[in-house]
Amino acid sequence: MKIAVCLKRVPDTVAKITIGSDGKSIDESGLKFVLNPYDEFAVEEAIALKEKAGAGETVAYSVGTDAAQETLRAALAMGIDRAVLLQNPGSPDGLEVAKALAAELGAGGFDLILFGKLAVDDYNHQVGVMVAELLGLPCISSVAHLAVADRAIEAEREIEGGLEVVSCRLPAVLTCDKGLNNPRLPSLKGIMAAKKKPLENKPATLGAGSIEVLSLEYPAERQAGRIVGEGADAVPELLRLLRSEAKVL
Amino acid sequence: MPAKPVLAVLETRDGVLRKVSHEVLAAARRLAAASEGSVDALVCGVTVPGGVDDLASLGADRVLAVTHPDFGRYHPDGIASTIASIGAGYGAIVFAATATGKDLAPRVAAKLGVGLVADVVGLAIEGGAVVATRPVYAGKAIQKVKLRATPAIVSVRPNTFEAARRPGCQADRIAVEAVPVPAFETRVRVTGIKAPEKALLDVTEAPIVVSGGRGLKDPTNFHLLEELAEALGNTAVGASRAVVDAGWREHGAQVGQTGKTVSPGLYIAVGISGAIQHLAGMRTAKTIVAINRDKDAPIFKIADYGIVGDLFEVVPRLTEEIRKLKSEK
Repeated sequence: MKIAVCLKRVPDTVAKITIGSDGKSIDESGLKFVLNPYDEFAVEEAIALKEKAGAGETVAYSVGTDAAQETLRAALAMGIDRAVLLQNPGSPDGLEVAKALAAELGAGGFDLILFGKLAVDDYNHQVGVMVAELLGLPCISSVAHLAVADRAIEAEREIEGGLEVVSCRLPAVLTCDKGLNNPRLPSLKGIMAAKKKPLENKPATLGAGSIEVLSLEYPAERQAGRIVGEGADAVPELLRLLRSEAKVL
Repeated sequence: MPAKPVLAVLETRDGVLRKVSHEVLAAARRLAAASEGSVDALVCGVTVPGGVDDLASLGADRVLAVTHPDFGRYHPDGIASTIASIGAGYGAIVFAATATGKDLAPRVAAKLGVGLVADVVGLAIEGGAVVATRPVYAGKAIQKVKLRATPAIVSVRPNTFEAARRPGCQADRIAVEAVPVPAFETRVRVTGIKAPEKALLDVTEAPIVVSGGRGLKDPTNFHLLEELAEALGNTAVGASRAVVDAGWREHGAQVGQTGKTVSPGLYIAVGISGAIQHLAGMRTAKTIVAINRDKDAPIFKIADYGIVGDLFEVVPRLTEEIRKLKSEK
């Protein structure tokens, strides 16, 4: 089983965001970055599937600046075999990232290409599905349960009010949702081994894309509310406010 | 020269249009009005779904019907190929940012070779181009982007664009045109839908969300929230990351940065202190109520109304009072 996982370096979800002086991007100084949480599910699934198959190779890819090497090392520490960084400055749009990844992955002979279902920075839900389309491969997005047997996949993905059961053949592209697995923590041995695993840097040329960021702003502050009262005795007043003031009931 | 029309891709389930489809039409109408274009509403199914007669007053100028024996369920490859085959004729294509729309929109965008902007909460035309506003970093910042290519492809966040009736529209006058389905390769197949016995509303689409956190102390205590949700009606039960990670609730119910971002009319946070990543996921709710024992909990800083107290006393009383209220109506 030869499996690729595509990763993104993103700000830590608990970090406070500061908007940069250009008014279009965030100020990255002092900001802690992590492997995109949804990509952790993809990494875990790749490692577990290879372990189950008993043979194969897992390769992590990322498009980004040299800082993304740290993100790739995190995947190597979890147990991915080797990594490739497609070096590119700036923040390209999703389709341009997908094109660069498709060009790199197309001839790789992968049985599976895994992504997180979304990146928790731009929330655009798109690169994995686009890579599948560009490569002409089957794609199941937001996979929460997965069974692979005899080169066939049966997956479940969450839809509003239920689960959709979807099947396809390998090779395929999957994007991974929370619930698929519990990502392992890297062991000390894994962290040490990751330092010696191959990490290849390749310059990538990405197009300008068609999405232009005009501005980035803080959301409107919510008016600090009021404490209606204490304990169950405050309930009638709360209901009165919800009906007559907020008009939501 | 008239502007290119706007395509609204509507969603159906079990042959019936979903509510979010009306919101997609409202968003498409907004773009069409700004560019003086028209709106085509695309519907897919084995046959033309029920309810299309109503679409004229909801904003459609024409209905495009895509019918195919395999389109009874979502058919990613077939439907994406069909939309891509007509997509170049449009100035913009609007999807819903639902499970289906998030899967379908990037397929269409890649086939057409144009960018995609997902989970949009605001739309305008500036200098002839579509400009979209959207929360990023899970709502910690708002990004404004211009889509320079046509068609401009967006998906709109549920519960954000209000479905609006156009006055004076004759509902029975809408033209329904069949769109031929091009040849396509079926790479993935939706073989079924597993629905829980009791139909559950999704936190992203429900008009009211009641969410619970660690303050509930035990997973079995979520019945208090389920009873409150039932009393309110049309209400989904959400959860904080802490209780989802602890295995108390399904991940699909999680509100916050690694869960879902919701914009209901009313959000009731019960026993949730308000970690930054949770607040990011629900701050766009229209009205927020917090019930928490700790008067210094961060959730009170963004709640419109707060009750400081023991949720095990406050929530049952709230449920009881709402039941009374509903029975009076």
